[in-house]
Amino acid sequence: MRNKPVLRHTLTYLFITALGLFMIYPVIWMITSSFKPNNMIFSDAALITTSPTLENYISGWRGYAGTSFQTFFINSLVMCLVAVVGNLISCSMAAYAFARLQFAGKRFWFAVMMITLMLPGHVTLVPRYILFNTFDWVGSYLPIIVPKFLATDAFFVFLLVQFIRSLPKEIEEAAIVDGCTKLGVFLRIIIPLATPALVTTALFTFLWTWDDFFNHLLYLTRPESFTVSRALRTFVGDAGAVSNWGGALAMATLSILPAFILFFTLQRYFVQGISTTGIKG
Amino acid sequence: MLKTSNISSFFRRNTVPYMFLAPWLVGFFLLTLYPLLYSLGLSFTNYDFTKPDSTQWIGLDNYQKMFGSVFGLSEFIGSTGEIVRVDPYYMKSLSVTLTYVFVSVPLKLIFALAVAVLMNQKLRGISFYRVVYYIPTLLGGSVAIAVLWRKLFEKDGLVNAFLGALGFTDLPSWITNPNFALWTLILLTVWQFGSSMIIFLAGLKQIPQEYYDAASVDGATKVRQFFSITIPLLSPVILFTLVIQIISAFQVFTQAYIIGGGKGGVLNSTLFYTLHLYIQGWTYHQMGYASAMAWVLLLIIGVFTAIVFRSSDWWVSYGVGE
Repeated sequence: MRNKPVLRHTLTYLFITALGLFMIYPVIWMITSSFKPNNMIFSDAALITTSPTLENYISGWRGYAGTSFQTFFINSLVMCLVAVVGNLISCSMAAYAFARLQFAGKRFWFAVMMITLMLPGHVTLVPRYILFNTFDWVGSYLPIIVPKFLATDAFFVFLLVQFIRSLPKEIEEAAIVDGCTKLGVFLRIIIPLATPALVTTALFTFLWTWDDFFNHLLYLTRPESFTVSRALRTFVGDAGAVSNWGGALAMATLSILPAFILFFTLQRYFVQGISTTGIKG
Repeated sequence: MLKTSNISSFFRRNTVPYMFLAPWLVGFFLLTLYPLLYSLGLSFTNYDFTKPDSTQWIGLDNYQKMFGSVFGLSEFIGSTGEIVRVDPYYMKSLSVTLTYVFVSVPLKLIFALAVAVLMNQKLRGISFYRVVYYIPTLLGGSVAIAVLWRKLFEKDGLVNAFLGALGFTDLPSWITNPNFALWTLILLTVWQFGSSMIIFLAGLKQIPQEYYDAASVDGATKVRQFFSITIPLLSPVILFTLVIQIISAFQVFTQAYIIGGGKGGVLNSTLFYTLHLYIQGWTYHQMGYASAMAWVLLLIIGVFTAIVFRSSDWWVSYGVGE
């Protein structure tokens, strides 16, 4: 009887290790292949190369159309950081109102917010495009950034509402008795206490904006304004007939670096965010 | 006198909350409600982005253009008197997307559940495996992974190198073969089961061990325990995950765009609904038609979500039956 769980655990370990290796193999292959000489990448399944080289990184970094990947990375980084700021401000404001304040029509607006959570983005796509075009925003980052300042990612509003509701009310009540305004409560009590949920919001806003391709495809028209994901796709081309696959893999590897860094430094916020709200993916 | 003070107190009570809500409200009206209604209106027009001045009201023509082929039409006389060609690819894009949703979502959830159950043991180092399994989800939506995927499944790609080493010959180029292209995309989706698995694992941890102990004492097998305890108690979580996955699967775009090279792939085998919508709206500037397509997508997603919620009456249990 004692041996049974040991055997079962060993088998479980073997199975989940094998499955895990199988799953991350393509990613590791991409990373290591980016260091292989260009002519050795194809159909070379080995993870270790005998002659590692940085030539792919050097040739890939040059980019195309006279624009290097340095520009694309800076574009992506700045755009994502602004998007994060936008979501943090607008979503936390709406979440505070829904979670803590009493006002006429609260139940109605909350229901509306929950419905927008389920709404597929495509149904607002064409009018938004026309609207942004009349503002002369097409070709700039504004169509991607401005919606973040208007809390259109209802998902994060919902996440923050759930979190703020779970906070103890006593501190706020004491603060209000001491004459603190609603704004004071929001800035001095809610924001500091909601930090874990705000980190989750910042994290996923950054990653999803970084990885987004559709909006970048629609709104970014000039190569010098391209983001990494948009540039990577043009780099590979329509037919995929690029000669420089090594460069493409190298730049692809660099493009997933921010996700890795964020994931391994802020891991618990990921798990928290996923398991409490069921983040899609 | 009393009335005005009531009104002013009403304003006083509501001003501050509505100021907090203001960004969201502006966003809702300007970027959600107004576009939602506007696109419904556009769907009854032949709005062309390059010549907005020649926009005409064409009634249900766009909808007939979509579904005409179901009734055996290849063209019909539109409401402006011109002959309108039925969209020959619409039904294809719908069937590609439905196949994708119906195959990838159940497979992904079954896989996620199986691995979650396996990992829900008192094992050391489980958090490490949780990390490993989450990595595909973390990266899966990126252009980088779509590019990698195309490379893996090409004729001289890594997958064929493996299969060749195992003795298989005459291997196809999976990406450009119309019989397999969609399946490589389904595989890419199932590969990203990590976040569903984490949700299931969190749900499994909520189930008290006593239920299983009691069932074991009564002689219930592991299989029986799984179907009588695990599934019912996890069913609310499964429902929630199922709805989210269905909604997002209908909207898949990036991977299809990259793998199909900006088009629907060979014989339109990977012409996803959203990809077709993009091509109609932005390549051909048929934004009236694209709006109609978007509204039909909204209705389709709505119907499927409603069916799943309705069906939950007989498979989702809330609270524990004694």
